[in-house]
Order: sequence, then C-alpha cells, then structure tokens
Amino acid sequence: MRKVIETFKLTRMFNRLTAVNQLDISVESGEIFGLLGPNGAGKTTTISMLCTILKPTSGTAKVNGFDIVKEAMQVRKSIGIVFQDPSIDDRMTGRENLFMHANLYGVPSSEQKSRIDRVLKLVELEDRADDIMRTYSGGMRRRLELARGLIHYPKVLFLDEPTLGLDPQTRDHIWMYIRELKEAHDITIVLTTHYMDEADKLCDRIAIMDYGKIIALDTPSKLKETLEGDVVNIRANNPETLLSLVTEKMGLQNARINNGTIEITVKNGKSMLPRIVEAATQNNIFIESISLREPNLEDVFLHYTGRTIRADSSRERHGFLAIARRRIK
Amino acid sequence: MTELRGFYTLWLREVKRYFRDKVRIVSSFFQPFLWLVVFGTGFRFSGQIGELNYQEYLFPGIIGQALLFTSMFMGISVIWDKEFGFMKEILVAPISRVTIFLGKMVGDSTDAVLQGTIIFLVAALLGIKVDLVAYFKALPVMLLITFGLVSIGLTIASFMRSLESFGVIQSFINLPLFFLSGALFPLTNPSIPDWLRLISKGNPLTYGVDALRTIILGEAWQPLQALHVNLAVLGAFDIIMIIIGTWAFTRMK
Repeated sequence: MRKVIETFKLTRMFNRLTAVNQLDISVESGEIFGLLGPNGAGKTTTISMLCTILKPTSGTAKVNGFDIVKEAMQVRKSIGIVFQDPSIDDRMTGRENLFMHANLYGVPSSEQKSRIDRVLKLVELEDRADDIMRTYSGGMRRRLELARGLIHYPKVLFLDEPTLGLDPQTRDHIWMYIRELKEAHDITIVLTTHYMDEADKLCDRIAIMDYGKIIALDTPSKLKETLEGDVVNIRANNPETLLSLVTEKMGLQNARINNGTIEITVKNGKSMLPRIVEAATQNNIFIESISLREPNLEDVFLHYTGRTIRADSSRERHGFLAIARRRIK
Repeated sequence: MTELRGFYTLWLREVKRYFRDKVRIVSSFFQPFLWLVVFGTGFRFSGQIGELNYQEYLFPGIIGQALLFTSMFMGISVIWDKEFGFMKEILVAPISRVTIFLGKMVGDSTDAVLQGTIIFLVAALLGIKVDLVAYFKALPVMLLITFGLVSIGLTIASFMRSLESFGVIQSFINLPLFFLSGALFPLTNPSIPDWLRLISKGNPLTYGVDALRTIILGEAWQPLQALHVNLAVLGAFDIIMIIIGTWAFTRMK
C-alpha cells in the first residue's frame, strides 16, 4: 500500500503549549483514517499543518509525496478540505460557490460544468443549487462544502468534524456520502471527530489522540479487542466494598469506579455475571442494576486515558458555539 | 494561467456582490444627492468660485468623496470574509497571495468606480452640466484614485478582527482625507493659510480631486498642478500601497 500521508516528528507549539507533540503517523492510500480525541487534543492543529495552513514548529510531513513546508502549493493542489467552521460565501448561490472553487483550483473550464453537476447530484442539492446559500440549512451548507471539496479531484480529503452540530438524520446522510465518496472517487479521507460512533462506523483505522500525542492507533475492531472482552456496569449501594471484593476475591483486575458506577472489563461477561451477583449477595451488598455490553470506542478511550471523552465540558460548549455561528448566518 | 483565473474569480465575486446589495446601491444615490442639493445649493448662493457656481465646483469633489468612502469601506469585506469563513477557502487555494490581493483590490476598485458613476447620474438628474466624453476620460482617473485607497482599506482590515474596530479606524481616516482634499473648498484660493495647503499636499486625494476637476470642468478650473503631475503622484501612491497591501495579505492567517 502506498503511503499518502507521512509525518516525521511533526510538532506545533503555541507559545509554551505543545499542541502537537512529535507526531509520527502514516496514512495509506484509499483508507478512511480517523483522528479521535477530546477538544484541545491537537486534531485540528494536525490537520491545519497537513493542509499547509499552519507551519510546524519542528518536524515535517509529506502529503501525496510533497513536503508540507517546501512544496505547499503542490500539497494544496492535492487536497480537499472541509473545515470545522463554515467557509462558504453565503451571498452567492451554491453553484456559484462551486464554480469559484473550480476556478481557484484550476479545473479546466470545459470540465467544470459536468463535474459540478456530478457533485451536486451526489449530495442531492441539484434543486437548490441556484439559490443564494443564505437560505440553506446547516446540513445543506455542510453537504455543499463536502461537494466543493471534491471538484478538483483531490487525492486526500480532510474533514474536520464533518458532522459537528448537525442533527442525527443529517449526520447519517453525511456518513453515507463520505462512504460513497471513498468508493466512487478512490480518495483517501482523513477525518477528525469526537463522536465515537462516527469514528467507529466510518473509519478503517483510528488514531486516538490526547495532549498532542497518539496514544493508540489501529482498526476499530482491534482497538476494541485490546480491551479483552465485555464491559459489566454495576450500580450498588456500596460500590467501594464491591470493587475491592471483585478485584481481590475474584481476581478481576480491570475494574474501576466511574461516576459511582463500577465498571469491570472481563473476558467472558455472560458467565461472570451470576458469580458477581452471588458474591455481592453473600456480602450483603445490594445491587441496584447490572448491565453487560460489548466494548465501544468510548471504553477504548477511557482505557487509554483514564477519563471519558465527554468529561470535558468545554468541548460541548465549543460545539454549541459552532452551531450558533452556523445559525447566525 | 491558474493565477489569472484566480484573479478573475475573485474580481467577479466582488462585482457580483456589489450588484446584489440593492440597499447599498439605493443608499449610494441618496448621500451625493444631499451633498449636491442641500450643501451645494446653500453654498451656491454664498459665493462663486471663478466662473463656476458652487454646485458645479462641488460635483467633482463629491465624486472624490464617494470614491474615498467606498474604497475604504471595501476593507470591511475582508473582515466579513474572515468572520464568516470564506477567507479560509481563499487562503488555502493553490494561488499566490499576490493574486488574492490583486483580485480583491481590483474588484473592490471596480465597485468604487461604479459608485463614482452613480454620482455622474445624480449630477445629470440635478441638471448639473455633465458630458459623456468627460465621464469616459474620468473613468481611468477614478480607477487610479481607488487602487491606492482600496489598498489602504484592505491593509487595515487584514490586521483587524472585528467589524466595530474597523469603523473607528475608518472615521479617523475618511473625514480628515475628505476635508483636506480640496473637495469642498478651493485650495487655490490665495487666502488659504499655508498649514492647510501644506497638509493637503500630503493627501493623495487632493491630486485625485484636482485631476477630476481638470477633466470635468475644463477651462473653467484653475488646477493646483498639471494633469500629468496629478496622475504621476496618484500612480506612485498606488504602487506603494499595493506593495504594502500585498505584504499585509502575505502575512494574514
């Protein structure tokens, strides 16, 4: 497999804060690669450097074989970007926005019309293409931005939080488009997200990022396998006692209390459940509820960072801000 | 070739946006109307300037004012684009910053000259003597005036983040340049104090307004300096401002 993106100790500092710390990753041709992590983890900074918007403090990277510092123009021609925040001209029609893009990226005039018709069809915006974009909904704007990123046939498409602030139906739609894009255009897609389900459903490989570093990188299923089994959640009247019972008497080392709930990761959850209940009853601990589920990426994140991705409330606020900004227009 | 197309795209965008802003076009009839009708009529009966009545004298000055105000105002489009994100789309495109600056600058200048054209229409409606040949002669001069002024507006805007702060800077530049340009009163009058004449000489708009008067009023106007001197000063001013503006756009993130 050909490497489309390769970073070499890619680092970016903002004053004394290290946003991206000696990043070494490679993305292979044709895959959907996810950068997952809470806000402030360095995802957008990484993408900004790969898109030549930001210069690295040290280290470098290659995109489509071109150096992001020395051959920025070539890199720009090779990529398409859908930014986290809106970047359309809302006084223009959808079609005009697409024509502007085609011209800025040097798409031959003879091909512009047919390519634009094709991408409009892909994101189902043919009917609204000649309306001023002010009248578009947030989801429609997002779809047009996706379409725009494809007109110049990029080798790599960067999607920074492609579904942030969108309703569940629109998110589903956009996921569908992203998968179609990959199939139909044979392009490599790099996306950042803090939605676990998004990463799980879309990505071939996921890099979990925190504090500017990659803390885990693999396919979603392999990442989940590293947790070695199922997750048992227990609510009990005396969680501390039950926790020590489980870890010491039953030998289940992978257990912790999270928000008052005991969380145990075990290899064979189904057979373990009755034994845990039995042990609790014998020790006069009352179990309020108990549940068993397959591990998801949220658990993977928790496993590697010791906290949930949702714990950071500033991230949600950021999300609302982005929605608010979309709405203002 | 890509650069040329990028230039054309950005130019076209500015012009299209201008024509879509109906409110601005309507309001741009109103202000010169006020100046020429109320201010112009009032002063017309307060004195003559050579063989000219004040209204005739004022008309080229109001063109200068419209060019100045519109040009400086155009900077707002940069802040607007930054605020609403389209600037990112432009800045990551594979075209040079020089092209980005020039496309925007020439596009905004075109808008400003259209605005100047509206003054000709208003003047004609008010019965001020306007001849079509003079208009076509004035066109390139108007462009020459706006290139430099638009560049100032774009340069300032490239450093700014909010629309509010741009308004403040604008009023610190617009009114002084307007008042000191000889748009409202003749700097040729011998009783004008030296300090005022001296400061006005440092104002590029003075040369622009003088050039417009020479073209529009013809023999009836005693120019400050010859037309080619005016044009040379404007050209030099444009070149300096374009260089500064391009530099400002290169460092914009």
